[in-house]
Formats: sequence, structure tokens, C-alpha cells
Amino acid sequence: MSEQLTTVDGRPLKAALASAERTKRIRAVLLVMPLFIFIFFSFLYPIALMLYRSVENPLIAQHMPETVAVLENWDGKDIPGEEAFAALAKDLVAARETREIGKVATRLNFETPGLRSVITGSARSAGKWEPPYKEKFLDRRKEWGELATWATIKRLSPTITSVNYLAAVDRQFNVDGEVVMVGEDYRIYVDLFMRTMWMSVVVTVSCLILGFPIAYMLASLPLRHSNLLMILVLLPFWTSLLVRTTSWIVLLQTQGVLNDLMVWVGIIDNAQRIQLIFNAQGTVIAMTQILLPFMVLPLYSVMKTIPPSYLRAAESLGAHRFLAFWRIYVPNTLPGVGAGCLLVFILAIGYYITPALVGGQDGQMISNMIAFHMQKSLNWGLAAALGGILLVGVIMLYWLYNKLVGIDRLKLG
Amino acid sequence: MINKLKLTTFVAAGAIALGAMAAVPANAADSLTVVSWGGAYTKSQVEAYHKPFTKKTGVEILSENYSGGLAEIKAQVEAGSVKWDIVDVELSDAVRGCDEGLLEPIDASILPPAPDGTPATKDFIDGAITDCAVASIVWSTIYAYDKSKFSGDMPKTIGDFFDLKKFPGKRGMRKTPKANLEMALAADGVPTSEIYDVLATDAGVDRAFAKLDTIKDSVVWWEAGAQPPQLLADGEVLMTTAYNGRIFNAIAAEKKSFDIVWDAQVFDTDLFVVVKGAPNKKTAMDFIAFATDTQRLADQAKWISYGPARKSSAPLIGKHAEAGIPMGPHMPTAPENFKTAIQNDFEFWADRQDELNNRFNSWLAN
Repeated sequence: MSEQLTTVDGRPLKAALASAERTKRIRAVLLVMPLFIFIFFSFLYPIALMLYRSVENPLIAQHMPETVAVLENWDGKDIPGEEAFAALAKDLVAARETREIGKVATRLNFETPGLRSVITGSARSAGKWEPPYKEKFLDRRKEWGELATWATIKRLSPTITSVNYLAAVDRQFNVDGEVVMVGEDYRIYVDLFMRTMWMSVVVTVSCLILGFPIAYMLASLPLRHSNLLMILVLLPFWTSLLVRTTSWIVLLQTQGVLNDLMVWVGIIDNAQRIQLIFNAQGTVIAMTQILLPFMVLPLYSVMKTIPPSYLRAAESLGAHRFLAFWRIYVPNTLPGVGAGCLLVFILAIGYYITPALVGGQDGQMISNMIAFHMQKSLNWGLAAALGGILLVGVIMLYWLYNKLVGIDRLKLG
Repeated sequence: MINKLKLTTFVAAGAIALGAMAAVPANAADSLTVVSWGGAYTKSQVEAYHKPFTKKTGVEILSENYSGGLAEIKAQVEAGSVKWDIVDVELSDAVRGCDEGLLEPIDASILPPAPDGTPATKDFIDGAITDCAVASIVWSTIYAYDKSKFSGDMPKTIGDFFDLKKFPGKRGMRKTPKANLEMALAADGVPTSEIYDVLATDAGVDRAFAKLDTIKDSVVWWEAGAQPPQLLADGEVLMTTAYNGRIFNAIAAEKKSFDIVWDAQVFDTDLFVVVKGAPNKKTAMDFIAFATDTQRLADQAKWISYGPARKSSAPLIGKHAEAGIPMGPHMPTAPENFKTAIQNDFEFWADRQDELNNRFNSWLAN
């Protein structure tokens, strides 16, 4: 048997190596740690929090505990008895004292419009009432005699709920607890998700069509010229998003530069100025221009690495210029095409400011609805659910790309 | 050498961080953050309230703008880092914010009585003092047009706004169902006193949307109060709904040839609220008591044509501070303008706004 190898100071070589490796690993981990902590707190944690918000529903269980307990055994077929009304009176009075009644009312109102004033109004009166309560509640607001009111309270009793996700796909529970589509006039999110997808596809394809020739030119020109052109690509990239969006408004509005020019030249009459912005078309135009660099840069970086000798070899073997380009050059650019398309599509699908400013009524995207529920209606649960669906969509896209092209072939530069 | 350099950098960075932290409370003690809607409206508040308050107490007032709603207030309260002291809100938000515990209750007894001794609670118009809010002005959503773009007939009624045959051209409207549904029903022939009775029924809502449908393709939607005068001035729209004070400001200060149609105006109050946990709560209460006294409210009406929320302020309203126009006839509450006025029903909107916003957004998108 061979003797164990040792270092000069007599330690086994294996152990010495392992300890050296460990120090290196620890150092590496320590170096990455700040970034990891940063990403955790600025990215992973907020996303987890958002996803949690889309399903959490503590308000009713917390502030109407008695009613929730009584309703547990309610069969949902008839209006509950005096016991439930007594519990309700107790909960409402308590919640009014702690000033939480408004939150409860708002939460219930998201589900069944009109319940807000039913809750706050009854809570104001309930403090002065003596048992029996049932009659008094029914006198105060007729909604207490409707199954839907009680079904809503019961449905929102659990602290984890799916109503936000249902609402995010235009669905709700009916009185019998079945999932149904909301009324025709109130459907919006499914169509909006579809439109967001469609507009993102249009923007991505437009970027590819416009960006490919630019990238090709940049990659094939001598460095002296291509650097100058590169600045032209990067200059808008460095300009503020708001400035670029506003410039499009100046250019495209009905009293804007383009319309003025067309009227002046005589293509159109002054009375027939064309609506080019504040609609879906305006959103696509502005977003395409804004996202173009995200297509050009990955394409360029990939094209730069394709040796010109490939094309020359193909041509010397008898291929026509165009055939050589199509069969040899284009397939080599695919990692760049994939990267550019994925990048543009993912950015487009969550775009907010540009559609908000130039979208008008039919150029809005799902992110504008998320913003609406964050800022105006304060239905943060629904906003989180819409965001959650968008997130899953993007992750699925990424997964699909990985299956089809392979994420290791993604080249961003 | 390197160690020394590192240490110096570290100490310097620490000092900067500490300095930044120390700087905030040092200012906070004698300043107050008042948040309002910007533009001519904020200017009127700065002139009538902020400057005299600073002169009297030495408290510096930081003026910030927002575009309404409770989102920022809710975010600040829930995150436990409240930056705003006082916010100027609409009535429905004042009630909802109070119900949800986002606002500090205001004790009405801090409000000074009218000069003739009438207690504040009697001097303010109905609904101007709520648990958490004190109103300063009555404002109105009206529609306006640019006289110079018309020859012959001028629009006079709410029906004219919806009449594309008689007055072909684009219309500007606020991107919200609020006020639009009311005006649509009024244009469809519902008497202004019955608007909310009709709107409370499903058929009434359908009717309002059907009326909006007739002009949908010609509407340019605006969101900030400063937009409609701009849209009119640019010729982007022929007529637009707007806040009456903004249009007045364009007429008085910018000499535009705009005119206001008061038929079926939808009026509402704007109120001061104190954010729950405001850093300068006591000063904030002092400010509200100061700003909503009889003279101060009348002073604000010198700068913008919003009606004061105190009855005792009305006789003190004079001329516009810069243009010298008598302000009385331009107030939403002037008898001539008030005949067909609709009072915004905050109870209705607090109940139905989520549902109607959904329907409105769905209607817009299709």
C-alpha cells in the first residue's frame, strides 16, 4: 500500500486541499452575499409579499368573528336566524369602536356592490338597538333579507381566498357558491390580457422587422461608420422614457407635426385630420420605437460574432447571395433573435407609462388596470392577483423558450 | 496606507448617512406638508392660506401635488412612514378614508366662529364638516368651450354637449364614471333632482351608458385637472368637461376666450384632512382652523372661482386679485348658475364606485 500523501508540515494533502477550497468558497459566498441580500429584499421578498396579498383575506375573520362562527353551520338556503343577527350586531358595534368597520365594508363591497353603506349604516344604528335584532336589521336595510348578502360574508370568512384570482379572470361565485362569469357589461380582464398579449406580439414583430436590418448594417459596416450609427441607436436608449413618449404625442396628435405636415402638403383636408395617437395604434408606434434598442443590441452582438468567411464559403460553393444569407447567416443569428424577442416581449407585456399616456381608450394594457386598482380603487388584492397572473405568464414564456431554444443559447451581448 | 484610506472613506460615508438622517427631523419641527391638486388651485391656496399662515406662525409650508384618491395616504399609513400632514380630498374619499382609519378625527370645536358669532358648525354649508374633514370650497364639474371656435349658435344646455349633429367635433371628458353618468342622464332628459334615483336602478345605469355611447368615438379622455383647458386651447377638443375653477383661471389669468355652460353642473366639496399619524399633527390642526376661517375662505375666492364652504364668507368675496373681474357671478353657487345643479351623492359613489368603475373600464375597452 502506498503511503498517504502529506504536505510539508505533515498534514494530509487531502485535508489541506479541502480547507483551502473551503476558504475560497466562503470568500466567494461572502462576495456574492451583498448582491444576494439586495436581490432578496428588493426583488424576491416583495414578489412573495405581492403573491401573498392576492390570496390573503384576514379582515372578515378578524373583525366579524362572532358572525363568522355562527355562519359556519349555515346551510345557505334561508336567511339565518336571530342568533346570526345578534352576532352581527355585536361584531358591527365592536368594529365601529375600533374604527375597522370601513375596511370590512370596503372588502365586502368589492364582492357585492352596495354592501358598504349597508354595513356602515347598520353599524351606526346597531349600537342603539336592543335584542331581538333580526327585525331591526331588516327594517334598516332590506339587503339583510337577501341571501346574497349572507353568502358574501360566509364566502369571505376564510383567511385565504380565491376571489381575487376569479375576479382577475372575470369570474365570481354566485349565491349557490358556483363559479360563473360576471355580467357581460362588467367583463374586462380576459379581453385585456388577450389584447396585452396581442399588442406585445405586434410590438415584438415590428421591432424585429425594423431592428434586424439595422443590426445587420451595424455589424457589417467598417467600425468607423458603425460606431457613429451605434450612437444613433443608443442616444434614444439613453433618453428618458417620458421625453420620448411625450415627443410622440407632439408628433402624432391631431394638431401635431405630422398632421400639420400632411395638411400643408395637401394629402388630407384640415377637417379630416387623422387620429394617430391616443389609441392602440399610437401605443404600438411609441412602444416599438422605445423598445427597438432592446432588439438591436442583442442582434448586433450576435451578428458581430458570425465570421464573414461563412458567407464567402457558401458563395464559393455555388450558393446565390440571398440563399447563402438565408441558409447560413440567418440561422446563426437565431440566438440573438430569440434573446431580442424575449426581451422585448417581456418588457412590452408589463409596459405601463407609454400606454397610460398615449393609449387613449383602446390602447390600454393590463398593467394600466393593475395601476388603477393600486391607485384608485385601492383593491390591492385584485391588483396583486392580476400581477400574479402576469408573472406566471412571463415565467411560462421563459420556460417555453428554454424548451425550444435553450436558455444557454440566450445571448444578450 | 490602504487601511487608512478605507477607514476615512468609511467614516465619511457614515457621516453623510448620519447627516442625511439628522437633516429630516431638523426641518420637520417647523414645517408642514400640505398636499393638493396643483396648478391654479394650489396657487390659490398658497396665496390665501399658506403665506398668511407662515407669516403668522413662522411655520414653513411644503406644498406637494397629487391627483386625488387615497392610494398614497393608504400606502403611507400602512407602511408606517407618514410624510404628508394635510391633504385636500374629495368628499367621497374623506368619508371612506375616515371609515378605514386612514385619517385623524378632527374636533369641530377648534374651528373659529363666524365674525357675527355664529358657531362654525352652523356657519359651514351642509355636509362640510365630517368626522375627519373640514371643507374649504365648493367646486363643480361643468363643461366649457372656446367661443372663438364657434360662429352662430353657441352651446347652452347639457344636451348640446351630447349633440354631435348640432356641434360636430371632439369632446373632452374625465376618465371616470363620476359626473359623466350624471351629465349623460341629464342630457337624456332626466330632471336634475331625480338623477341619483334613476342611477340607482340597473335600467338607469344602462340608460346613462347608452347616452355616453352616442359620443364615445368622439371623446378624448383626460385625467388631471390641468388637461382640459389645455385641450381646449390646443383645439384638440371642441368642448370639454372640466373643473370650473380651471376654466375660470384660463379666462381670467390667461385671457382665453372660453365660456362655461352651467347647465347640469355637478358640484362637490373639497375638504382638508389630516393623515393618520401625521408627523406634525398639532400644527396641522392649527393650520386647518386658520385656513377655514371666514376671511381666509373669502380670500381664496379672489384667486379661483370656487365657492367658499362658509356662508359668512360669501359677502366678503370681491374681485379677482390679478384680473380685477368680480368673482361672484363665476361661483358655482351663484343663483344664475345654480338652477339645474346636481349635488354629487357621495353615499351613492362610495357604494357603487367599484362596480361602476368596472363597468366603465369595460365599456371603454370595448
